[in-house]
Amino acid sequence: MRRYLALCLPWLATDRRQRDHPGDARPMAAIVKRNAALVLAAVDRRAADLGIRSGLTLADARAQLPELAVFDLDRAGDQALLASLADACERYTPMVALDAHGDGLILDITGCDMAHAGGEAGLCDDLCRRLARLGLTANIALAGTPDAASALGRYPAAGDDVLALPVAALDVEAESLSALRWAGLKRIGDVAPLPRPALAARFGAAMTARLARLLGEQDVRIVPRRQPPAIAVESRLADPILHSAAALQVIAGLSNRVMADLAVQGLGGRRFELALFRTDHHVARLAVDTALPLRNAKAIVRLFVERIDSLADPLDPGFGYDLIRIAVPVAVPLAALQLPLEGGAVAAETGIAALIDQLSTRMGRNSITRAMPGDSHIPEQAAFDLPAIETPPPMVWPVPESGEPPLRPLYLFDPPQRVEVLAEVPDGPPRRFKWRAQIHEVLRHEGPERIAAEWWRRRDGQGLTRDYYRVEDARGRRYWLFRHGLYGREKAHPNWYLHGLFA
Amino acid sequence: MPATAPIRILPATPIAAGPALISLGASAVDARLGGGLIGCALHEIFAEDQDDAGAATGFAAMLALRVAAADKTIVVVRESGDLCRFGSLYAPGLSYIGIDPGSLLLVTAASSIGVLRAAADVIRSGSIAAAIIAPSGRAAALDLTASRRLALSAARHGVLALILRNAAHPAPSAAQTRWQVRSAPSRPLAANAPGLPAFAISLLRHRGGVAGFQAQVEWDCEQRRFRDAPLSGAVPALAGNRSEAA
Repeated sequence: MRRYLALCLPWLATDRRQRDHPGDARPMAAIVKRNAALVLAAVDRRAADLGIRSGLTLADARAQLPELAVFDLDRAGDQALLASLADACERYTPMVALDAHGDGLILDITGCDMAHAGGEAGLCDDLCRRLARLGLTANIALAGTPDAASALGRYPAAGDDVLALPVAALDVEAESLSALRWAGLKRIGDVAPLPRPALAARFGAAMTARLARLLGEQDVRIVPRRQPPAIAVESRLADPILHSAAALQVIAGLSNRVMADLAVQGLGGRRFELALFRTDHHVARLAVDTALPLRNAKAIVRLFVERIDSLADPLDPGFGYDLIRIAVPVAVPLAALQLPLEGGAVAAETGIAALIDQLSTRMGRNSITRAMPGDSHIPEQAAFDLPAIETPPPMVWPVPESGEPPLRPLYLFDPPQRVEVLAEVPDGPPRRFKWRAQIHEVLRHEGPERIAAEWWRRRDGQGLTRDYYRVEDARGRRYWLFRHGLYGREKAHPNWYLHGLFA
Repeated sequence: MPATAPIRILPATPIAAGPALISLGASAVDARLGGGLIGCALHEIFAEDQDDAGAATGFAAMLALRVAAADKTIVVVRESGDLCRFGSLYAPGLSYIGIDPGSLLLVTAASSIGVLRAAADVIRSGSIAAAIIAPSGRAAALDLTASRRLALSAARHGVLALILRNAAHPAPSAAQTRWQVRSAPSRPLAANAPGLPAFAISLLRHRGGVAGFQAQVEWDCEQRRFRDAPLSGAVPALAGNRSEAA
């Protein structure tokens, strides 16, 4: 039997407004513009008690209630608050989903109530207390299916009895709803005993499916916002931690526990995520990646310290962290390390991996790279720099023939740099070229090495051929130049470019 | 001090085995260096002119290659501003001079401080063969203190640290040696094609040695060693042209 908790925030928009602009005791409503009319999109409890419903035009609402205070609806802000609440609710369970109605959350708390004193009731109390501290009014409902929990949350008058829910909880269109009401079916309890095939024939299969989910006849699950990690350990702190030094001690302790868990399963982590839950709903999440699977608590703590140090805006503990969790979302098999008899080799490899981890954590994964061969004869596509932290595939680099001078430059300009070239004949080797305001006399040259464009990749099947020349100027500097386009055939006046510098 | 006070005899410090020397392979240069460069130390390589960036980088990479065993990693720490000025290091070109691009790690930092921090971590890791550290431009952050720190760290962790300055003038530092490198005309191949990489190197400073000599060397890509460049008959430079370029 699964248990779902629905958290419904019917007054989210107005509660947020009230929190940010306290002191206004008038009933209020959020408005949006729809078809050139201002319409109420959300109302607060006082306005609702006075008979104002969302969906009214502002003019009608003002006629009923002249003192109504209005503000523009900030849907993005509301959704952001809901998302951060969803993050914060991961303190109870890793399975948190947004409600399809857009005003609540659904938590799969099956088996998660053990961690709270008082079980389910204790968990609900804790949640209510935290929400009240944020100034949010919420309905909390528990049920065996997510649909039932969500419906009970939105229609709190029904208590915890699904059969007492109004038929509106079926989420059918207005026509079907009025048809149901005309037939005298006002509650779910009235609809439930009716033969389903007849209901499906009259109101559609979606309605009976929803009914089955409400009544718990069908076991559906929620899709969590975040994939639950394979391994996660957490520490609940009775006294919120205010100092990062103390937080680091907790992190060190948690790292040891994570490593023990990994060791039991014979795994090593490739990614570690640290979540620091503040007493308010803020959650700081930091992640570190590793080049090799890692099962070393000290190394992980060092990486987290590195990551915290590299944050643009430092961690703000606010009123303290009361829950710290380390999760391992990516874990791969890792056998116990065995030192080779001749020694040393393992240490060197892990030393490099540790260096890559450290620098990638601090400077960003794209700052430390390794070259990968590209399968192309176009020079700038023959090699790519990929983050070194990704496991490198086995690489085969073309081995130069013996006795050859370097045919490819040490430095490559991408894009190539335009140069002015004087050649004896338009399709001949360069005689003299001007690069960065300096004239270079060409004493030696070799070429052309003709590299065709990749016409098979282009829609028009065209592309300019390049004629590459290795040249050496009078002072002994060696450059790689190319003429872009075959003279006379592809282009009347081909341009010249400098593509690289040789040693 | 009374005359009867015993004279304390200092214990003789055992003479440590001399640090490993890297032979360049070019006999004339090795002879002047007394066998080679000290391996676990900091060396500086300056390009004589910005246009000699390719030569200076090549010389640094080749020195690193002289010390790197087959599977040891070479790390290059660059500053991102240099990427548009000199281009990016090109792996196929590196493999032509004998470096396996798979054993090369490229670190790109945003500032010269970042370069020095990354370099300190790279050297401290100790599991690499050589680090080429290339701060951009004049790099005021690389002062005597910073270079001394790098030198001590390199000695302690047994790493060859090479500071590569493509666009800077020599300044005081704690480096073991300081080289200035420029391209030299290569020995032409058939049909007057440019030959093996050739450099004119001059040793500007040599801590505990004799500085101030110049040599021409060329790099043997196959043997992965330097060779004394035989003076070719080619005229190295045209005087008129050089003044025009300067």
